[in-house]
Amino acid sequence: MKTTDNRIVFENVSKFYGEVLGVNRVNLVLDPGITSLVGPNGSGKTTLMNLMTGLIRPSRGQISVLGMTADDPEHLFRAVGYCTQFDSFPRGVTGYEFIYWPLRLHGLDHTRADQFTKEAIDRVGMMSAATRKVAGYSKGMRQRIRLAQAISHHPTVVVLDEPLNGLDPMARAETITLFQALGQHGMHVIISSHILEEVDRISDRVVLMSNGYVVAEGQIHDVRREVKDHPMQILVRCSNPSKLASQVFALDHVVEAKINVDGHGLLIRTRDAEQFYLLLNRVAAQGVVEVEAVAPADDDVNSIYQYLIGSDGSNA
Amino acid sequence: MSPIAKAQQWVVEQPWRTWTNQAMTIARIDLRRGLFSRRAWWVYLMAFAPVALIGAHWVVDSAQRSGGYLEEDTKVLAGIFQIYYMRLGIFFACMGIFTWLFRGEVAEKSLHYKFLVPVRREVLVLGKFLSGAFTAFVLFETAVFSSFILMYMHFGPLGSAFIFDGPGMRHLWMYLLVTALACVGYGSVFLALSLVFRNPIIPGLLVMAWEAINPIMPAILQKLSVAFYLRNLCPVQLPAEGLLALFTVVATPVPAVVAVLGLLCVTAAVIIFACLRIRTFEITYSTD
Repeated sequence: MKTTDNRIVFENVSKFYGEVLGVNRVNLVLDPGITSLVGPNGSGKTTLMNLMTGLIRPSRGQISVLGMTADDPEHLFRAVGYCTQFDSFPRGVTGYEFIYWPLRLHGLDHTRADQFTKEAIDRVGMMSAATRKVAGYSKGMRQRIRLAQAISHHPTVVVLDEPLNGLDPMARAETITLFQALGQHGMHVIISSHILEEVDRISDRVVLMSNGYVVAEGQIHDVRREVKDHPMQILVRCSNPSKLASQVFALDHVVEAKINVDGHGLLIRTRDAEQFYLLLNRVAAQGVVEVEAVAPADDDVNSIYQYLIGSDGSNA
Repeated sequence: MSPIAKAQQWVVEQPWRTWTNQAMTIARIDLRRGLFSRRAWWVYLMAFAPVALIGAHWVVDSAQRSGGYLEEDTKVLAGIFQIYYMRLGIFFACMGIFTWLFRGEVAEKSLHYKFLVPVRREVLVLGKFLSGAFTAFVLFETAVFSSFILMYMHFGPLGSAFIFDGPGMRHLWMYLLVTALACVGYGSVFLALSLVFRNPIIPGLLVMAWEAINPIMPAILQKLSVAFYLRNLCPVQLPAEGLLALFTVVATPVPAVVAVLGLLCVTAAVIIFACLRIRTFEITYSTD
């Protein structure tokens, strides 16, 4: 089924497991690109992914993926690949069989299924282990072969639940590069991860979740701007930080200015970043200080997470 | 457009070929789990235990080859078939095979892989049913055929004459037919139960009790039973004596064609229920 709708839409979606809340009143519209779901354990990330793919049904509301619903698996799963968090496999399968047989269910003949299988296995660097039983794989290998299965049929939407778990640093870097490549090809890549630094690096947008609710969503910088309770931190590397500090203290919106221990930078906390940048331009133009670099210091997922959810993300 | 024309158009538009291929692929994947797994040893045991007993009987009682004994052994075989195979062997083997089709994958936490492919869930049910039915057919048809041959080969030329010139061949065909119908009938019931109950053993035992007391139920309720139709098709009627009469008595005789069609209708109804049930089946391994 060709569809012109290229968005993933959650409309007032709630899911209850008996009396236990999974997610509540979720309204989301996701455009193509890399979207990260971030939140502590039990916040509803996996529930949201399972709802998207029909593994569970919403108690209320509607979900559409590229205009399709889970009631239409024949079309939906040609467009969607889901790498779940379940570290389990059909008994006795090899890595090759694990990918090959689902491709046959996609309607591919032996030759094409074989070609797609090898291509997917190669993409995750598992060619040498393809004929071995999955039961003998390491955790990282199992993670990679599940990832290979999720992308083997060239889906438009890839849903990945904690895809970096169990991967060594090298495999993690390769996998992130793969996600970026998928995102750049106009695909939806939906990732849940607790490794916030890596999520921050690759995400086009984040969805922050807590206790079954979407706390914030959007591009990371936009979300940060919306968090008005916490003044923005800006680090200025400059030649004369104490001089700059004396200038900024005159501004009402600056709540803190702290000179770096190395003496070559100033960390500002301000409620109005725009006004601060104007001042900085002025003092730089007047030659009061020589500015080397300016960068937001808390404009990342980790900080936003800390502000909104109240922990440092280590238990996410 | 009339409703009939609409229905005809709907039938023509459906991708039957794709669904058939997918069902066959699922059956092929599952067959390995059902037929060749180590877990299946007890199903082999249930199927072939009587074959071993009849084989032993052939060796031990090789002197008994007269016509009188043939008639007696025909009743023994009928007893083995109606009381053991039909009511216990096939029943419990189908319980094991068909409930494991979905519950096995839930236990192994691998069912979600089958839900994440572009296959209608109804096709998944049919594919799994085919796999279970094939497993049960292969084992029990082979076992019943072997039991029959061993029972009459024991009599030498007398046995051959019974099979090829007497009623033996008809008996064999009827036993094989009843076996096949028992496999699909009980199979469909246990497949459906496995989609409703997390532990289908207790409901399975209730089904067994229902099947046992069925002959004393009102006529309309008797028709909601697999054994009701099977009993009508058995080629040799056993004497209705004692409690065992519950297993063998034909309370309301029906023609063979009605019995076959009736059982197939019950099977189809149960499979349709399973297909409806699978649509709302959720993957929640942690609570299973």
